[in-house]
Amino acid sequence: MALGRKSTLRRILTVDLPMALILVFTLGPYLWMALTSLTAEDKLFTRGPSVFDLVWENYARLFANVGFARNMLDSLIVASGTVIVGLTLSVTAAYSFSRFDFRFKRVLLLQFLLINMFPLVLLILPLFVLMRQLGLLDTHLALIIANSTIAIPFSVWMMTSYINGIPKSLDEAAMTDGCSRLSAMVRVILPLCAPGIIATGIYIFITAWNEYLYALTLGGQNVRPITVAVQTMIGEYQVQWGLLTAGGIVGAMPATLLFLIVQRRLVGGLTQGAVKG
Amino acid sequence: MTSVPVPDRDEIAPARRARLWRQVLPLALLSPAVLVTLAIVFFPMVQTAWMSLHDYVLFRPKKFDWVGLKHYSAILQDEVFWISLRHTVLWIAITVPAQALLGLATALLLNQKFPWRPVARALIIIPWALPSVVIALMWAWIYDSNYGVLNDLLLRVGILEQSIPWLANPDTALYAIILTLTWQGFPFFAVMILAGLQSIPRSYYEAASLDGASSLRQFWHITLPGISGVLFTAILLRTIWVANSMDVIFVMTGGGPGYATYTLPLYAFLEARTNLDFGYGSALAMTFTLLLLGIVILYLKRSAKAVH
Repeated sequence: MALGRKSTLRRILTVDLPMALILVFTLGPYLWMALTSLTAEDKLFTRGPSVFDLVWENYARLFANVGFARNMLDSLIVASGTVIVGLTLSVTAAYSFSRFDFRFKRVLLLQFLLINMFPLVLLILPLFVLMRQLGLLDTHLALIIANSTIAIPFSVWMMTSYINGIPKSLDEAAMTDGCSRLSAMVRVILPLCAPGIIATGIYIFITAWNEYLYALTLGGQNVRPITVAVQTMIGEYQVQWGLLTAGGIVGAMPATLLFLIVQRRLVGGLTQGAVKG
Repeated sequence: MTSVPVPDRDEIAPARRARLWRQVLPLALLSPAVLVTLAIVFFPMVQTAWMSLHDYVLFRPKKFDWVGLKHYSAILQDEVFWISLRHTVLWIAITVPAQALLGLATALLLNQKFPWRPVARALIIIPWALPSVVIALMWAWIYDSNYGVLNDLLLRVGILEQSIPWLANPDTALYAIILTLTWQGFPFFAVMILAGLQSIPRSYYEAASLDGASSLRQFWHITLPGISGVLFTAILLRTIWVANSMDVIFVMTGGGPGYATYTLPLYAFLEARTNLDFGYGSALAMTFTLLLLGIVILYLKRSAKAVH
């Protein structure tokens, strides 16, 4: 009994306490932002944020004056469009990488990994020139295309590793039963990797929702995703931290919630390759 | 000599068609993704290289004169380039190890048994999910010179005697942003390393305890070798990511005060965005990419040697 209590105390000192400190560091800034957003603007500079008398005033002003709903719609269109483009193009490619052997397979697969590492600044300049020539500047399509440069390679890799986890014997069984290659893929493999497709789709959505530099460069006037709107607010409402932090909380909310929902599966998928390699 | 039975035409055709189909199908399934990436990634990249060899300023779009390597030789003379390069090196050399160490500590803790472990594991990745713009906004508020909570805390504890304008002071701005980036990126390390830790069989530790190895020795001889693969990959990915990352800096300081927080990708971006000089901006982007590529290759070579 005494021994048990002693080891619990030891655990609290060596594990729980340091863990709690790290969590304070991790969550502190976010909670501070949330608290600020719930404090009335005039109290902010006299007493500072406090947990007593919280108000929704800043959020009401955000949607009434700043027109945040429009920006959220823009983000939603761009992020959903990127998910659709990214997934449709990558699922068949991933099936091909996983199930067939062909020349240059390794090189092709590797180039999808490498693309993800190219500096964004290398692509953002020519994409701007290109979109300008095509007359696509400030459209949703331009942002969807730009975000796809990140989404396609990423989802090819994720989907290849998911499909690799499904035994090849399933395709073969379906084909012995009279399915063609394509219908084996559509009817047997795709339903089985639905969880993978959903997780990849959600990750693409989050990345596209959070993306900022493409949105700033290729959008801006008609199409102004939430990240650009938040940044513009920083310039316009410089000292109104209550309003600014409310914008930050709202802008981050969809991605944060989605991330918490899928984190287990996603982290599993992301780390699998690294642990094996 | 026995005669080989020759199959007639009708039998060949389906077999040949099936073989052709088998060869074409994989490529057909691949081609949409490959063609689109060619169009939206490789073609623009080549265009960057091409633009870097020309005078190209956006408000004079008709003028696109071949200048060869002029921009590149100008870069070598450019003081801002060397300042940015120095900041980029500092930026990577501090941020990546800080993220890795904090991530390692977090992963080791999360690998222990304690009642609220699932909650801690879910919450630790929140910084990863937040948009860079929001992160920048949040930390700008923390660093605020008049009402920021950091100054407030440090003044109350008595570490500071008067508040510091963290982001407006050229001596502290870069380090303030480095702390922000460390905060943003360490959960990635924690998650990767945790996956590595969980792949080490428990029996190794049990055997080592039986032989009387201390926990420090167990860490050195079992844990570190066990996660070296993951650590290697994570450091590589993060180095590239941190080097490229410029959105947090752009929102927090825009490179200022002066050039105090310029890094190479940010310099290239600003050159095109504010000066509209796409020729010189492209040359800067190319130079940065080649330098980064050099570091990656060097890292891969040295690590390959360390493994063998």
